[in-house]
Amino acid sequence: MPNATVTSQVQDHTGPTRPPPKRRPRRLTTIFGRHPLGMALAAPYAVFLAVVFAYPLGLAVWISFHDYFFTAPGMKVARPFVGLENYRTALADPAVRRSFLNVIEFLVINVPLTVILALVLATALNSAIRARTFLRVAYYIPYVSASVAVVAVWLFLFSNGGMINQLLGPLAPDPSWLVNSHLAMPVIAVFVTWKQLGFFILLYLAALQNVSRELYEAASVDGAGKLRSFISVTVPGVRSATTLVVILATITGANLFTEPYLLTNGGGPNGASASPVLVMYQRGIEQGSPDVASAIGVILVLGVLVVSVVNRRLLERD
Amino acid sequence: MPDKSGKPGKPGKLTTRNWSQMVALAFGAFIFLFPFYYMLIGSLQKKPDTSIAGAIPVHGVTLDNYAQINERVDLVRSLVNSGIFTGGVILFTVVFGVLAGYALARLHFRGQGVLFALMLLVLTVPFQLLIIPLYVMIVRSYGLADTYLGMILPFAINSTAVFVFRQFFLALPEDLFAAARIDGASELRILWSIALPLVRPALVTAVLLTFIGPWNEFLWPFLVTKDAALQPLAVSLANYISNIAGRAANPYGAILAGAVVLAAPAVALFVAFQKHFTSSELGSGVKG
Repeated sequence: MPNATVTSQVQDHTGPTRPPPKRRPRRLTTIFGRHPLGMALAAPYAVFLAVVFAYPLGLAVWISFHDYFFTAPGMKVARPFVGLENYRTALADPAVRRSFLNVIEFLVINVPLTVILALVLATALNSAIRARTFLRVAYYIPYVSASVAVVAVWLFLFSNGGMINQLLGPLAPDPSWLVNSHLAMPVIAVFVTWKQLGFFILLYLAALQNVSRELYEAASVDGAGKLRSFISVTVPGVRSATTLVVILATITGANLFTEPYLLTNGGGPNGASASPVLVMYQRGIEQGSPDVASAIGVILVLGVLVVSVVNRRLLERD
Repeated sequence: MPDKSGKPGKPGKLTTRNWSQMVALAFGAFIFLFPFYYMLIGSLQKKPDTSIAGAIPVHGVTLDNYAQINERVDLVRSLVNSGIFTGGVILFTVVFGVLAGYALARLHFRGQGVLFALMLLVLTVPFQLLIIPLYVMIVRSYGLADTYLGMILPFAINSTAVFVFRQFFLALPEDLFAAARIDGASELRILWSIALPLVRPALVTAVLLTFIGPWNEFLWPFLVTKDAALQPLAVSLANYISNIAGRAANPYGAILAGAVVLAAPAVALFVAFQKHFTSSELGSGVKG
């Protein structure tokens, strides 16, 4: 069974606060810090973050406020500031609005399902006696496998004459799952839940190691049954992990691209399962409007931020 | 849930309640594993058999589907591309990630707080927002389309791995470092001879975590590589699914054969190194 030793050793973010071992000229220390070597060691990572994270982040926002189009390398063209024009274009586009509604539908199904199933399975796994390693590995196999590979088998399972419809017989939906505008998004939400669940089970398992055993004993003495102590001890005990799971699941949902692209053949019937990132790809790269696509991206990130903050407030208040 | 009969320490004895729990867990495992079994079976069948009985192959197996997909998608070439993409990311992450993680955990330098805050921000901003500016920079401005470097660059140093390294270096006892410094060891020597050997398990965890990203990544290499000779397997298989599949004799068989080839290395790796991918290893990485 995974133990909690490493977890319990994790310290706060401030790092060691220890006096310097050697005397340095004070001036140098104030300029470079106590260990100038640290700057050298961290430099490649700092440059990396600046080049492929901070700069593109700024560029995305900049592009979204300008009239931007692709040009040959080195060409100088005017890119006038257009204010909120790109945002207006994006929000006036029914396909964009549809994609945001789709991702909300996705999150409404995916997030609660993820939280409940991950917590229940982690709790069961935590007290399982046998085959623990086998079960743990079985649960995270989908998580470590490529989406493209597992999408292939879901396509097969959920196709018109696929096994799921064979099992359901006359109950099979018509039109079939992936070409049905009401069912395409729910199937994707269930697929992503299934694929990511193993990772969230591991997060909950780590959190469960920190729930005091005395609380369970006290609950048991007070006559609480299994369900009661799950609701009164386990659920509040892993609350901070729940916040993390909800935020990470939301980010995963906002990043959705491969599944609608492949599982529902480029966004489903009438864009019923198109995600914002898929629309970003279509508008930005296929149709050559990176400015509108960047505006979609900025709206998406602001949306994720709002959802994260609201989640935190709701889940962490007493 | 901990109760008197259910805690480890009393192994071997199964009560009725534990039985129901085990049945639920086993049912969960079935749901998780069945698609993989079905993937393998489907890839070995001559004709797609979607009936329930089709899940148990009785009519013999064939490798035709593998030959069929290999005609359209050069499997070896694609696997090599996936390997170069993934290997490059792992190399950069291990070398520069360890240095950065060590500096963030054990040294004091100007800009440390900013770097740490930036690292946390990377972990929370959806990567796909950066797709457009990165495409503009890497493909349009730097002309790195259809190169391994263009594929690797956005993923080169995995921030989650840096975070894992930092947490592990932070967990080492301070006395160890103080003693080495008193003995006159340089900071680099402390890192190489003392700290690094102690965090070797973290290296394996970080390599596993880093592996999943590029090996399974679809969107970015899909944007960067138009030349089939450079595409990683995830991209060439996806292109096969969306373009060519309709024309093949047994498209599902061929697709599933490709899926097996793509999924097998990751599954094998995580089964072989499962003890490095436990909740405690991950917990140290995501908490703190």
